[in-house]
Amino acid sequence: MNPGDALRILPEIILTITGVLVMLVDASLAAGTTRRPLGWVASLGTTIALWASLWQLSLPAGTGFYGTVETSPFTVFFHVLICGIVLVVLLLSLDALPEETHHQGEYYALVVFGAVGMCLLTGAVELLVVFIALEISSISTYVLAGYRKHTGQGPEAAIKYFLLGSFATGFLLYGIALIFGATGTTQVYEIAHALASVPNVPNLPLILASLALMLVGILFKVSAAPFHVWTPDVYEGAPSPVVALMSTAPKAAAFALLLRVVYEMFPTLRSVWSPLLWGVAVLSMTIGNLAALRQQNVKRMLAYSSIAHAGYLLAALAAAAPDGIAAAAFYTAAYAAMNVGVFAVVALVSGYDEDLPLIQDFRGLVFRSPLLGGLLIFFLVSLVGIPFTGGFFGKFYSFSAAVGAGAIWLAVIGLLNSGLAAAYYLRLAFSAARRPDESSAVMRMRSTPAGITVGAALLFAAAATLVLGIAPGEVLHAAQEGAHTLQPLEEPQPSAPMVLDNRNGQ
Amino acid sequence: MNDSILTIILLAPLAGALVIALLPDRGKLPAWIALLTSLATFGFTLHLPAHFDRAVHGFQFEINRPWIENPAISYHVGVDGLSLWLVVLVGLLAPAGVIASWNAIKERRKTFYLLFLVQQTAMYGVFISLDLIVYYGFWELSLVPMAILIAMYGRKDGAKAATKFFLFTFIPSAPLLVAILWLYAKTGTFNFTEVQQYIASGALPAGALFWVALAFLFAFAVKVPMFPLHGWLADTFAEAPVAMAMVVAGKLGLYSMLRFHVGLFPVQARHIAPLLIALAGVGILYGACLALVQRDFWRLLAFAAIGHLSLIVMGIYGFTLTGSDGAIYQILNNEMIDAALFVLFGALELRYATSQIAAYGGLAAKLPQAATLFVISSLAMVGLPLLNGFIGEFLILSGTFTGVSRGWAIVGAIGVILSAAYMLWLVQRLFYGGESELARTKPAIDLHFAEQAILWPFAVLMLVMGVAPSIWITQIENRIEPPVMVSAAPALHPSMTIAVSREGRQ
Repeated sequence: MNPGDALRILPEIILTITGVLVMLVDASLAAGTTRRPLGWVASLGTTIALWASLWQLSLPAGTGFYGTVETSPFTVFFHVLICGIVLVVLLLSLDALPEETHHQGEYYALVVFGAVGMCLLTGAVELLVVFIALEISSISTYVLAGYRKHTGQGPEAAIKYFLLGSFATGFLLYGIALIFGATGTTQVYEIAHALASVPNVPNLPLILASLALMLVGILFKVSAAPFHVWTPDVYEGAPSPVVALMSTAPKAAAFALLLRVVYEMFPTLRSVWSPLLWGVAVLSMTIGNLAALRQQNVKRMLAYSSIAHAGYLLAALAAAAPDGIAAAAFYTAAYAAMNVGVFAVVALVSGYDEDLPLIQDFRGLVFRSPLLGGLLIFFLVSLVGIPFTGGFFGKFYSFSAAVGAGAIWLAVIGLLNSGLAAAYYLRLAFSAARRPDESSAVMRMRSTPAGITVGAALLFAAAATLVLGIAPGEVLHAAQEGAHTLQPLEEPQPSAPMVLDNRNGQ
Repeated sequence: MNDSILTIILLAPLAGALVIALLPDRGKLPAWIALLTSLATFGFTLHLPAHFDRAVHGFQFEINRPWIENPAISYHVGVDGLSLWLVVLVGLLAPAGVIASWNAIKERRKTFYLLFLVQQTAMYGVFISLDLIVYYGFWELSLVPMAILIAMYGRKDGAKAATKFFLFTFIPSAPLLVAILWLYAKTGTFNFTEVQQYIASGALPAGALFWVALAFLFAFAVKVPMFPLHGWLADTFAEAPVAMAMVVAGKLGLYSMLRFHVGLFPVQARHIAPLLIALAGVGILYGACLALVQRDFWRLLAFAAIGHLSLIVMGIYGFTLTGSDGAIYQILNNEMIDAALFVLFGALELRYATSQIAAYGGLAAKLPQAATLFVISSLAMVGLPLLNGFIGEFLILSGTFTGVSRGWAIVGAIGVILSAAYMLWLVQRLFYGGESELARTKPAIDLHFAEQAILWPFAVLMLVMGVAPSIWITQIENRIEPPVMVSAAPALHPSMTIAVSREGRQ
C-alpha cells in the first residue's frame, strides 16, 4: 500500500470524519440543547466530500489498496450524485425534522454514514469490499426507516426492511462465495479475466448460480420486481425526508454495482443475464405501474412508481456498453433529481407526522400555495416523462439505447407503461390543481413559511430536473466518460449481444 | 431579423410567462401582460408572411444549430407554405384567448396566464420544429398546460376531463417516440429533411416502415381527433376554459399529419388513405348527426368539430393538389370560426351561467351585436359563398369528387348540408323564437368593447378570406412536397442534392 491510496477514498474519509464528529458532539451536548447545528456540520462535510469527489477526476484512473477500490470517471459520477442527493436531503431534513425530535444528532450521523457506504459501493472493485460497503449503507437505512418510533408503521417498516434486506444481502454473499469457489478470486477484474473464455471455463454451473444469486441481491436493493414487495410498506412507514434519500441514493449506488457486475464482471455471460434483465425490466414496469394505479396513499403510490422507474432504467441494459451504461447512469441522476423533489414537497405538505397521506388530501394545493403546488406538478410532470424535464431525457436515453440494440418491444412496452403511469401521477397533480372545497385537508396546512434550507433543497432539485431536461449534454457527457472506463477487458463475442436482436429485431 | 425571427416568436410568450411569474398576482396585471405579450408575438408572426419569398422553394427563416451532441439533436426550425399561416394563426388566436378569459377567469390569474403563454410557446414549437425530437418535445409539452388548466378551471369535473384528455393524447405518443427512435437508429439523424430523403431512397425495410408510419398516424389521428378516437373531445370542450378549448383540437394534429405522416411516409400514407377517407366519411356523418341532437352548446360544437375536421382529413388523404390546398386553407378557416364561436359561447355562458341550449331563446333583440356576429360566424362555418368556409369546403369536395370518388364527395356534401342544419337551428334556438325565461329575467349586457375588438376583425377576416383566397393559397402552395423518387429529388432543392450525393458516396 502506498500513501497515495488514501486519496482514492478521500470522499469516504471526509464523510467518515464528519459522521464521527457529529456523533461525538451530539453525545457531549447537554440534553435539550438544539441539535440543528449538527445538521449544518453534516451538510458542510458532505459538500466537502462532493468537491473531493470532483477533485478525484484529476487523479489518474486506477485502483488502490491492492486493487480493492477504484477511482475513475464512473465512480466520480456516482460519488457526486450520491453526495448531491445526501446534501439535498440534509438540507430538507434541517427544516422538515421537528425541533423536538429525539436523536436528531444520530439522524444526521446515520445519513452521513449511509453516504460513506454508498460511495464506497460505487468505487469498490473487490467483492468483499462491495459487501462491506453495502452493509454500511443498508444498516444506516434500516435504522433511518424506523425513525418515527411513535407511529405503528415506523418500527414495522424498519423490521420488514431489515429482515428482507438481510436476507437479500445473504443472497449476494452466497453469490460472492460461489464465484470465489469457482475462480479463486474476489477481485472484479480478475474474475472477468477468468471468465474471458466462456463457455470454456471450469465450474460454469457454479458461476451461473453465482450470477443469479448476486442479481437477486442487487435487484432487491434497487426494488425491481419480483423483489419489490418491501418497498411500499417501508416508504409508507419511513419519514418523507428519509424516503427521499432511500428511494434515490442507495438505489443509485446499487445500480452502479449492477452495472459493474454485469458489464465489467460478467460481460461474457451477456446471453444469460440480458434476457433475465429484460424480463425483470418488463415485470418491474408493469407491476409497479399497475399497482400504483390503485393506491390512495401518496407515499405508497410513489413507492410503486419507483419500482416502475427501476424497470425503465433496466431497459437501458438491453444495450451493449458503453451506451447502456451511460443511459443507465444518466437515468439514475434524472430520477434522483425529480424523486427527491417530489418527496421534498410531500414532506413539506404533509408534515413530519403525515396528517395528509392521501391523494385527495392534496386537493387545492395550487390554490393554497401556488409555489408548492406548482413544484409538485412540475416534479410529477417530470416523472411522467414530459420533454424539457429530466425525466424525459432519462427515458429517452434509456429507450433509445434499447431501440439501438434492437429491443424494440422492450421500448414499446416501456413507453406504453409510461403512458399508463401518467394516469396516477396526474391523479395527484390534478388533485392538487383542483379548486379546494370546504373539506379540503390541505387548507389546514401549517401556514408558517418554509425555511431557507428547504427552499434551497427544492430549488436545487427543481433546477437539476430542469437542467437535465434542457441541457442534458454535460451530465450525459460525464456519464459517457464514466461508461468508457467501465469497459469489459475483452470485447464480448459478437454473438453474445445479438440475442436480443434475434428475439425482438424483426 | 430573418435569421432569428422564429426564435423570437418561440421565446416571446415564454418571456411573458417569466414576467408574470416574477410579478405579484394583483388584479388584472397578469392578464394585461399576457395580452401585451400575445399582441407583440402576433406582430412578430406577421413578419413571416411579409418576408416569405415565394420564389424560393424549401424551408425559410431556417435555423439549424446543434443542441445536444449525442444523440445529435439540433435546434432546427423553419417554415414553409404549410406552416407559415399556421404560425400566424396561433399568433392571431392568442389575443382572442386572453380576451375570452378576461372576465371568465377570476381566481389564480397568475397561474392561468402563465400556463396560457407556455402553451403558446409549445404550439409555435410544434409548427416550426424540423428536428423530430424537438418537434416531439413541443408536441408533448403542449399537453401539460392544457391539462392543468382544464383540471383547475373545469366547469363540473375538470380533473376527470383533464385526465381523459391527457391519457388519450399521451398514450399514443409512446409508439410515436419508439418510431422516432427507430428511425434514428436506422438513419442516424433526427433532421426532418434528411430522414425524409432517407425514407424516399427506399433503404429502409418496407415492413417495418409500415408500422412506423402507423405509429405516427395513430398519434396524430387521436389528436385531431378522428372517428373513432374522438372520445376525449366532447368532455374537453365542455370543461376546458374557453381560451384553451379553442386551441385544443384540429390544427396540431392535422398539421402533423401533413408534415410528418404524408410528408415522411408518402407511400405508406397512400396505402392507408382509403381507410382514412372511409373513417373521415363516417366521422363527417357521425359528427353532424350527433351535433344535431346535443342539448349543450359546448358538446354541439365538439361534435361539429369532429365533422369538420374529418372533412379536412378527407382533403389531406385524397392526394389531390386541390384537395390538400383546400385542407390547409380549411384548417385556418376552421380554427378561426371555431375561435369566434368559442368567444361567443363563452360570453353567453358568462352572462347567463348555463350552456343548455334549451334555456336560451329570443336573445337577438337584447344582444344585437352578439347575434349579428354569431350569425356571421355560423354562416362562415356552414360554407356560405363569399365567406371563408365555402372556399375550403369547395376545394376539398371538388378535389375528392375528381380525384378520389364521387361517393365520398357526396358524403362530404351531405355533411356540409347537415352542418348547415344544426348551425342554423342553433342560431334559431339561441337568438330567435319566443323570449325565454332567461332573456326576460337576466340583465342584457351586449358584448363589451374587448370582445367586439376581437370579433369584428375576425368577421372581416372571414369575409376577406372568402373573397380573396389567392392571397393565402399562393403561399400555401409553396410547401415542401414529399419527394417521390430519389432521381427526381436533385431538381427540387439544392440541400437535397447534397443529401443524395452524400448518400451515393457511402
